[in-house]
Amino acid sequence: MSEQLPAILLLSPLFGALITGLVGMTDHRRCFPILATALTVSLFCAISLLAQVVKSGPIDYFVGGWDPQRVPLGIGIQLRIDGINALLLVVITTVALLTSIYSIRRAGEENTEKTPQFYMLSQMLCVGLLGITVTADAFNLFVLVEVSSLTSYALVAMGSKPRGTMAAFNYIIMGTIGASFYLLGVGYLYMKTGMLNMAAIHQILSDPNVGHSPTVYVAFILILVGVWTKMAFFPLYGWLPNAYSYCPSTTSCLLAPLMTKVSVYVMIRVMLSVFGSEWIFQSLGWSHTVVWLACIAIVAGSVLALAQVELKKMLCYLIVAEVGYMVGGAWLANHWGMVGAIYHILSDAFMTLCLFIAANIFIKNRRAERIDQLEGLFKKMPITTTGFVIGALAMIGVPPTAGFFSKWYLLRGGIESGQWGYVVALLISSLVNAILFFRIFEVAYFGKNPVESHDAHHDHEDETQPSSVGDSTLFSGEGRPTTVIPLLITAAIIVLLGVFNGPIVEIIQQALDGMPVVGAAIR
Amino acid sequence: MEFIQNSVLPHFNYWVYVILMMIGLYAMITKKNLVKKLIGMTIFQTAIILFYVSIGVKTGSTIPILEHHAEEHGEAVTDTGGHHEEAPGEHESHDSIHAVDPDHFANPLPHVLMLTAIVVGVSTLGVALAISQSIYKDFGTLEEHEILEKIKQGGPGIDV
Amino acid sequence: MKWLGLIATAFTGILLLSATPYFPSFGDPNSPANAGVNGGVSVSQYYITETYTDTKVPNIVTAVLADYRGYDTMFETVVIFAAGVAIFAILRSFGGTTIPSHPTAIDTSVEGDHQRIIIGMTCKLIIPVIQLFALYVVAHGHHSPGGGFQGGVILGASFILMALAKELDTALARFSEKRYLALACVGIFIYSGFGLLCVALERNFLDYGILHRLMPATDEIMARSHSMLGVEVGVAFTVTAIMFAIYANLSSKGRLEQGF
Repeated sequence: MSEQLPAILLLSPLFGALITGLVGMTDHRRCFPILATALTVSLFCAISLLAQVVKSGPIDYFVGGWDPQRVPLGIGIQLRIDGINALLLVVITTVALLTSIYSIRRAGEENTEKTPQFYMLSQMLCVGLLGITVTADAFNLFVLVEVSSLTSYALVAMGSKPRGTMAAFNYIIMGTIGASFYLLGVGYLYMKTGMLNMAAIHQILSDPNVGHSPTVYVAFILILVGVWTKMAFFPLYGWLPNAYSYCPSTTSCLLAPLMTKVSVYVMIRVMLSVFGSEWIFQSLGWSHTVVWLACIAIVAGSVLALAQVELKKMLCYLIVAEVGYMVGGAWLANHWGMVGAIYHILSDAFMTLCLFIAANIFIKNRRAERIDQLEGLFKKMPITTTGFVIGALAMIGVPPTAGFFSKWYLLRGGIESGQWGYVVALLISSLVNAILFFRIFEVAYFGKNPVESHDAHHDHEDETQPSSVGDSTLFSGEGRPTTVIPLLITAAIIVLLGVFNGPIVEIIQQALDGMPVVGAAIR
Repeated sequence: MEFIQNSVLPHFNYWVYVILMMIGLYAMITKKNLVKKLIGMTIFQTAIILFYVSIGVKTGSTIPILEHHAEEHGEAVTDTGGHHEEAPGEHESHDSIHAVDPDHFANPLPHVLMLTAIVVGVSTLGVALAISQSIYKDFGTLEEHEILEKIKQGGPGIDV
Repeated sequence: MKWLGLIATAFTGILLLSATPYFPSFGDPNSPANAGVNGGVSVSQYYITETYTDTKVPNIVTAVLADYRGYDTMFETVVIFAAGVAIFAILRSFGGTTIPSHPTAIDTSVEGDHQRIIIGMTCKLIIPVIQLFALYVVAHGHHSPGGGFQGGVILGASFILMALAKELDTALARFSEKRYLALACVGIFIYSGFGLLCVALERNFLDYGILHRLMPATDEIMARSHSMLGVEVGVAFTVTAIMFAIYANLSSKGRLEQGF
């Protein structure tokens, strides 16, 4: 059975969505157990896949049994799991599971009558993201990108805020442009190579007659621009801040950590497995240009974040800056840059999740959408604020959190390749993050507790009554356990990911060594 | 003239696709009306379909369905009428079809891919229309600048 | 914004056109996509020459769609399904709205009556034919152009026609919301169920060949052909249901009632 894990990994949330559709409509309470079971099965599959990959190298799975022993490569669709995407699978399923715990009650409150639809869409989103990560077929990737995009458009538009609907419309326009550019790029590659399988395309592109054709260069540009649109790389980020800050809180916890990170992974995947690092860094030679673009993205994202007054908007612009980190790291053209970018994908997913859950609890319980409304939070919600602080410290890059180590590897890559602009941008961004978060800490710790603004007090009384911790005075301001527990787990994961960065980097390095042509260019 | 003969005519379809795609992209980016944006999106996606299908064209080929071919080219098929009713599992027809010349059939793969892309396009359009209907319900207009104006003013039900 | 858009569009256009002269010429049977690179494996030629030996399905497009790249097609169906759920999630509003339907919108004059009779009779005659044709397209997808998507769209169109010619309620009485949502789920269940059966029989996902153990009097190759019909039926279910769902929700602003 263990060789069927890649299929079960994807099918489990898919069947979860279908079963929710069939039995969840009548009784909304059935939805969460189905979701939790489906995601737990997926998480189990992801972890055992990771163990398998670490033990015995990458796994190839040929859907439909069209494996190269029977037919030439590329006839059927291949799934390929190496160390990098096995790690990402674990991250995706963990984040989805934590978000689902957070959503136990929130989903029902935010989409009263449409709770089953919310659960179905979020499970299909997971199917899409997991599928993007494991597939080794360029066109199949497009289909799965559309599965995940379509569900995320709907998740953003589901909220009751009119601005969210408008943001969803912009998201759909930008998302379609991005996906269509990717599709066009794949078409150009198909025209030149006649193949859709990533490894097969790579093999043909290594022939310089094909590899240096202008068509292939244009194909690469199209794919790159498409993926950049999807990940909100700086000049193309317009859709992200509104879409993530005006959508329902459960949606933002699910989308913000995952969508952009998976898109960054798609870029790395295309760079390494389709075109090959030799082609990218030696034939193309755009490394410097893209790293400069990334520097602009980092600085611009940080500056824009500094200008925000709303907490969630600020976090959204930080995502834009973080995307700059990862793109820059991947394009540094050396080993540590790539390792840093991949490690940052993993750690940033958890950092973003941590900060978004905390921000959503603040908004829900204190009505604190703006930063200056966070006064006196340390006293009222010590546990939630602790979680927030851990996430923030990781974002700044304080050891021993994961954020420190990812920045460390990225900086090391930048220094080794002599891209000082990138190093400076990283440091500036860390400084800006420090200013941003210490401003919040200051407000939250020293800020005067406004004379218990009456309506806020009312709110949290409504809040805490059913959650059975209402009696204890210390925790009276806290959110429900179902929202605080995932926050604390995430914070713990951030620290653990930092402490155990060694083995994880080991897995990434092992996977990079196993890539087709990661020879001279990246080592 | 020479340019047209050498560069445009052999790739006529590709030029048409690029022009269609530019029309669609321009409409998507600059049009103020949301439905016009969606029309642009549809043109954009159709252009991509044209591009893909153009890849798979072979001069003098027919649709990629095998029995048609056997009938038209008469390869080892003696009674055309009987052949069509024949169950495809039988062996004599198998042998005759196995000797097919790939040049006689259009490339099936782009057609398959575009079937997928069409379906994806329809789904996206459906969701986008639903979103624009929901926007109309909230703002009472589909003009982008009016919506932005209303958001700025923070009308009823719109929290700023 | 206009200028920015113009510049972006022009830039994209020039980029795309700059590669055009290096394309293989239009209709070239020896282009890489049609014949492979430098005599290497050509996926497209493999499909044309080997499909019949592998699957016994003469329509190559169907074979590639439902078997060789069946994994793609399954997610394509999931995309449709997701669109249906998405539209439900965005638009559907339950009761609540007090806007009464306007029966006055229906023309009650004698002439209007005549028109209704003509339209109603035509639809009564034509809808069964459309539905029969849809079933033919689904079932005959192996041998002629057609398949689950096409058949499903036609079948969905017949219900849309019913809603257009009579009233949305008439169509909903025959194909209620509960029913179409369930049908959409069942469609994907059928598709992924075929895949899961293969996994249960210890083959890879969607490796239909092994299903000959469950089908009497078939070998591995015919099992592929039959399973393709099965998954096409699943696709048709989902597509029918979602096409009608999209129409019903969009045309009534999510209230699923006649009149605005």
